Amino acid sequence: MQAVQSSFYLEDPFGFSATFVGFDNYIDALTSDYYLHVAKFTLIFTILVTFFSLALGLLLAAKADDVIRGSSSYKTLLISVYAIAPPVAGLIGMMFFDQHIGPFVKMAAWFGWDMKVGINYFDTAFAMITVAVWKQIPYNFIFILSGLQSIPVSVREAAAIDNRSRFGRFWTVTLPLLAPTAFFLLIINMTYSLFDTFGIIDVIVKDKAANNPITLVYKVYMDGFRGNDIGGSAAQSVILMLIVLVLTFFQFRFIERRVHYN
Amino acid sequence: MHKTTFSDHLILLFGVFIMVGPIFVAFMTSTHDAIDVHMKGLQVAWGDDFVDTYKEVLTKKGGFTGDVTGARMVMNSFILGIGFAVGKIVLSMLAAYGLVYFRSRFSTLFFWMIFTTLLLPLEVRILPSYDVMTKLGLVNTYTGLIVPLLASATGTFFFRQFFKSVPDELLEAARIDGAGPFKFFIDILVPLSKTMIAAIFIIMFVYGWNQYLWPMIMTNEESFYTLVRGIKQILLVWVGSQIPEYNQAFALAVLAMLPPVLIVVIFQSWFIKGLTESDK
Amino acid sequence: MAAIEISSVSKSYTGDALAVDNVDIEIEDGEFIVLVGPSGCGKSTLLRMVAGLETITEGEVKIGGKVVNKKDPAERDIAMVFQNYALYPHMTVYNNLAYGLKNRGTPKAEIAARVNEAARMLELEPYLERKPRALSGGQRQRVAMGRAIVRKPAAFLFDEPLSNLDAKLRVSMRGEIKHLQKRLGTTSIYVTHDQLEAMTLADRLVVLNGGKIEQIGTPLDVYHKPASTFVANFIGSPAMNLVEGKLTGGQLMIGDNSMQFSSAPPADGPVTVGIRPEDLQPTTGTGIKARLDYVEELGATRLAHCMTDGERLTAALSPEIPLADELTFAVLPEKVHFYDHATGKRLSNA
Repeated sequence: MQAVQSSFYLEDPFGFSATFVGFDNYIDALTSDYYLHVAKFTLIFTILVTFFSLALGLLLAAKADDVIRGSSSYKTLLISVYAIAPPVAGLIGMMFFDQHIGPFVKMAAWFGWDMKVGINYFDTAFAMITVAVWKQIPYNFIFILSGLQSIPVSVREAAAIDNRSRFGRFWTVTLPLLAPTAFFLLIINMTYSLFDTFGIIDVIVKDKAANNPITLVYKVYMDGFRGNDIGGSAAQSVILMLIVLVLTFFQFRFIERRVHYN
Repeated sequence: MHKTTFSDHLILLFGVFIMVGPIFVAFMTSTHDAIDVHMKGLQVAWGDDFVDTYKEVLTKKGGFTGDVTGARMVMNSFILGIGFAVGKIVLSMLAAYGLVYFRSRFSTLFFWMIFTTLLLPLEVRILPSYDVMTKLGLVNTYTGLIVPLLASATGTFFFRQFFKSVPDELLEAARIDGAGPFKFFIDILVPLSKTMIAAIFIIMFVYGWNQYLWPMIMTNEESFYTLVRGIKQILLVWVGSQIPEYNQAFALAVLAMLPPVLIVVIFQSWFIKGLTESDK
Repeated sequence: MAAIEISSVSKSYTGDALAVDNVDIEIEDGEFIVLVGPSGCGKSTLLRMVAGLETITEGEVKIGGKVVNKKDPAERDIAMVFQNYALYPHMTVYNNLAYGLKNRGTPKAEIAARVNEAARMLELEPYLERKPRALSGGQRQRVAMGRAIVRKPAAFLFDEPLSNLDAKLRVSMRGEIKHLQKRLGTTSIYVTHDQLEAMTLADRLVVLNGGKIEQIGTPLDVYHKPASTFVANFIGSPAMNLVEGKLTGGQLMIGDNSMQFSSAPPADGPVTVGIRPEDLQPTTGTGIKARLDYVEELGATRLAHCMTDGERLTAALSPEIPLADELTFAVLPEKVHFYDHATGKRLSNA
């Protein structure tokens, strides 16, 4: 665990000397205004991305499960985006939010919104979240759909006899049965928002982090590989590691219970 | 059970529009020439510059130093994707085999050790990994690109679950039939795992192909760039020029997403099985 | 083909009580031995120790006169049929049968000859190119048998091979196994919890309980002279009636009922008395008085469940015999079994 070790040292950029500084790197990290600012954005980003990608994934999965005709074509079309790399998604997103050719900028202009992605903090955040949600919908869609399809037909039929309202059935029978899948996805989506969105952010921010929203992982990368503050970066990554460990712990507790041997 | 309503299809069609629309537009735009795109914006119809644009992207020297062509990047991406997937399958099958069939007092301990250390995403252990690779002189090599990525427990976990579901009697029958541990693995377990291997291969290929942060750190020579890794640099050069070459940027994006998308779509059922049963 | 000798064999798992406790069995060449007992009695563990799938904690197993304790399963010249068949799902029936021979380096031509011979014997010829998935339960069972036969081993080991089949198929497969074993003359050890299966298949039965042998004997021996209350209760359906009684100078008291024995029964004192349901016959004279509780019709016989002084008695009667609320049963003295009240061991009645 070299990261843990170097997080306690102050190292010069060329690695010639290292001074033990104890928890200073942690204290620096946790008390710096900028760090806290980034942490706050990361939190908001994670919540919004998780919420919207789950909600849209659920909506589409529920509908794809309902329709009989064409459901496999819908499925194929809806999952294809899963395979797109985050930076590629970021690139396509950037084109849609481009100052010259981006249709979203033009649409926003109709509502009097002068969108300047890459320059305006809020607008950039909006673009990031949109792309991150778009990229994650297929993943949630796949899992929720497979969760829905594993609900036994007999249970659905029993529900159909007991409850006339389609929405009522969904709310009282289907959703509770999906709870394990949803919990699993919640954790996966949080991990995704924290780490896998790096590529999206990097492409949208284009190395000009100054006024732009970034997440904690991006800051680790920036400080460690651009700013050469190895110790500070390491301290930050140890903090992230702890977050991941907690998430992983929950994930495994859950998987061990869920996986069945056939 | 109930009648499908019109609104169900409407919502799904809208979903498809949102998900696939941008890809479609990206592809269509890449078939137009740069000036066209610059003047008229994104395109939704087929243009006449498909061959030109892609020929240019695949053969033109790109990036800052001009060391890399699109074709080279495609090759690097395949090396990373396939190398990673194959390495991952071999490694995780062997590890899982050890964990499940060679029960020792320490196997539970090993199991949790592997997991707690390796389930950390590469993103958070990137500094020490980079350090080790530099010391071994593996920066700008395919080995340095692939090997550290292999160090994660995801595949192991999946194969462990699968091996545990194989009845013990099968192993016992094989022992009576005179098959040793190695023969049992090759003759019985590997053939039994065929579908699992295919599913994991697809997922891991996509995962490897789509790697971004690690290649960005490990390769600074452009001849080792993968499509995904090269995308930002090239974007800066091409779109930063006088008349932004949006069409070529899109063509590169299309190249970067085509193989993984095709694999996922063609092998959909394996892919979904692998994904939902391995829990990533 | 070989004799198998199991001498003072024990098995203990770390810290636990003995799963198999000092067992001695001598199996003759060509004999069909059935290990029978309730689940957890150690019968499967014993079989698996013979197979080499479990280590032997203490004692010795000899196959064909040679100690095999330290040998791998593959070196013991045995073949095993598993409860879930353990067929290799990705191999065709042919390859399932051939796999063990291939691993032993048997020449191809001989493999083909042996597989075909086994397939003919088991009527599997039309299915040789199929995968196990495409076979019915009975066919899979035959493949599992075939895998044992092709090897021409010194012994067959069967681990509850019929318990995954439905009742009807089980009866017909039972007949086939018996037939096949007689024809091949291969020494066989067969594990089951089904006493009927045990009775019908065995040359000799070994009744196990709590890791120990309760009795070894031919099916009729075991049925007519159960060595303990456990065996008396386990072998035979409906089970033998076991009631508390008291002996005083040749007179047996069961509650208020008394029976006089001319030949000297065991020593005086409390005893457990065993009477098979079919040995209780209604009489107009004196005997055991009982009140009829309920009746089960089996067609050929009828089971009358009665109460006498708080003890339950079951009688297997001919349906022609008229029933009444109060019945009196007579028993031939030689059909009465005496067991030690404390240990449950059989007491000899001359």
